[in-house]
Amino acid sequence: MATLDMTAPSDRRQALRRMLLIREFERAVRDNFADGEIPGFVHLYLGQEAVAVGACAALTDDDYVTSTHRGHGHCLAKGMDERRLMAELYGRSEGYCRGKGGSMHAADLDEGMLGAQPIVGAGVPLATGAGLTAQLHDRDWVGLSFFGDGAVAEGQVHESINLAATWDLPAIYVIENNLYSEGMTFEKQHNVDDLADSAAAYGIPGVVVDGMDVEAVYEAVTEARERAARGDGPTLIEAKTYRYRGHYEGDPEPYRTQAEVDEWRENRDAIDTFAARLREEDIIDEGDREEMEAAVKADIEAAIEYARDAPFPDPEEAYDDVFVEPNPDVEYFRERRDGAGSTGGAGR
Amino acid sequence: MSALDATGEELSVREALRTALREELAQDGDVFLMGQDEEDGGSFEVTAGLYEEFGRDRVRDTPISETAQVGSGVGAAATGLRPVVNVSYSDFIAICFEPLMNQAAKMQYMFAGATTMPLTVRAIEGAGFNAAAQHSGTVHTLVSHLPGLKAVAPATPRGSKGLMKACVRSDDPVVFFEHKNIYEQTGPVPEDEDFTIPIGEAAVLREGADVTVVATQQLVAEALSVAEERTDVDVEVIDPQSLSPLDTATIAESVEKTGRLIVADESPLSYGFHAEVVTRVVENEFYSLDVPVQRVGVPDTPVPFSPPLEDEILPTAEEIDLAVDRIV
Repeated sequence: MATLDMTAPSDRRQALRRMLLIREFERAVRDNFADGEIPGFVHLYLGQEAVAVGACAALTDDDYVTSTHRGHGHCLAKGMDERRLMAELYGRSEGYCRGKGGSMHAADLDEGMLGAQPIVGAGVPLATGAGLTAQLHDRDWVGLSFFGDGAVAEGQVHESINLAATWDLPAIYVIENNLYSEGMTFEKQHNVDDLADSAAAYGIPGVVVDGMDVEAVYEAVTEARERAARGDGPTLIEAKTYRYRGHYEGDPEPYRTQAEVDEWRENRDAIDTFAARLREEDIIDEGDREEMEAAVKADIEAAIEYARDAPFPDPEEAYDDVFVEPNPDVEYFRERRDGAGSTGGAGR
Repeated sequence: MSALDATGEELSVREALRTALREELAQDGDVFLMGQDEEDGGSFEVTAGLYEEFGRDRVRDTPISETAQVGSGVGAAATGLRPVVNVSYSDFIAICFEPLMNQAAKMQYMFAGATTMPLTVRAIEGAGFNAAAQHSGTVHTLVSHLPGLKAVAPATPRGSKGLMKACVRSDDPVVFFEHKNIYEQTGPVPEDEDFTIPIGEAAVLREGADVTVVATQQLVAEALSVAEERTDVDVEVIDPQSLSPLDTATIAESVEKTGRLIVADESPLSYGFHAEVVTRVVENEFYSLDVPVQRVGVPDTPVPFSPPLEDEILPTAEEIDLAVDRIV
């Protein structure tokens, strides 16, 4: 999805529409997961839309991002098609990973999405590696990793940022601090107020932004991208945000109150805030948001129909793509199951 | 040309590996090396001189952070490079098992083939240096167990060069196990810059009619010495070279001929490489086996430090010899 120019009214409208698309996608996933249509488990991005949209609007199509277990928003913001993403969640062959990945592993290399990543913190070295490729081949892309406040406690996050800082790699690290790591509060997991403070340990800039403000995120990532492109190395950005749903769908959420959730939804919602700003600036009028919502709702309904109608993969596909080269061991056991590979038997 | 009539310049395993890496660095600008002290020649000086030849972009020193080395190698491989990551002692794979097991091994599968994973991880295995439990281990069974990863463990200079080049050129992730006790071993190595050994192809290093010994790494030389010394038994020695995928056909064919099987591998005996070889032979050649199979390996202990303790647990030519006695 193309870079947005957030000084241009049409692009600002586009940013709002992208946030609305993610919200509607996630609402549909919530409902259809509850109805039992979507297998596995899902982690929703509701509430954090400004981070994905703001960050990806500052990136080019060539830039790579890595995502988290809460990854649908990143996928859509990076330009993945909502129909094929939905089909992947439904485990269908039309999905981005032909049903091999599902919600937690959605990826599209063509759009620069290096994969949703449910191993907490594990996307961070991958973005570092994408930056390494850019540096070695003098390419102009950056690697950006989205990860949560919980991931900051993981060792490989530290290692990877340190490596990128040491080598001045074109990489951007975006912490989405939504105040909860699974069911644990931020305060229980960290002894600092701002996770971006750890940037000092790597000798790189650390930036704290309001993750409920799409433009603040956009500006921080734009600046980080310019720095990376100059060869000056990575930036650590902490976006303070909030997740509206539990860690996973079905989470009883004993660790927080409904009043807290309501407070964020009613007074700090990223979409409401941005839409109000655009109205004040006469970029949208009263009816525009409703029109946009109706349009994305139709898009998402179409995506669900697409996913429902898409076929399941052929069971034989379970053996494909273990390797690029033919997998002789898989073939060996398939042949044995068919009885063709055995030279033994009672008659021998 | 078979491994039996190998010709070429006489190189050590170390030189064969270095030659393979130099040739691949020269042939393909996507190839690069990273590891600790790699600019100074890396662990056991395998990459000595390559930094001077190819510069810092292509031969990189990393901080001591094996997880980030392998993890960023995965990211680099997925975005167009062909990384050769040295994690040094194979015991350290414990630290970087996450990117190895969950990323490198699974990414192609999870993404339904939308990406390739041309990653080579070098890991130095094996006992014999009194280096104690965390610098002497053999973990190739652990890696071989993981679908999506390939594991190779050559025993000869020829195998070292041919397999290293095949690994670097492979679009699949491979862990390349180097036994630290065979770096000095010498042998003929083809000089052809496009000489490779296919991953998954075993080498019959000595033909024999009576007993099949499938041996790996430093036990290959031990098995060959036993074979030469035994005048009463004609021993066939097979170096599988690749542990996963495993060349089942070559081993089964040999057992069909000999009717006897010994598996000698320097890894813990339970649940490991030995068991896989034996199982495949039982599945394919059960009625060819004349006597029960024999395993030579490490008892299920970590590797101890003190020389007599290490000697106690390390498999040797003598143990292979005793296994031959038991089986004929």
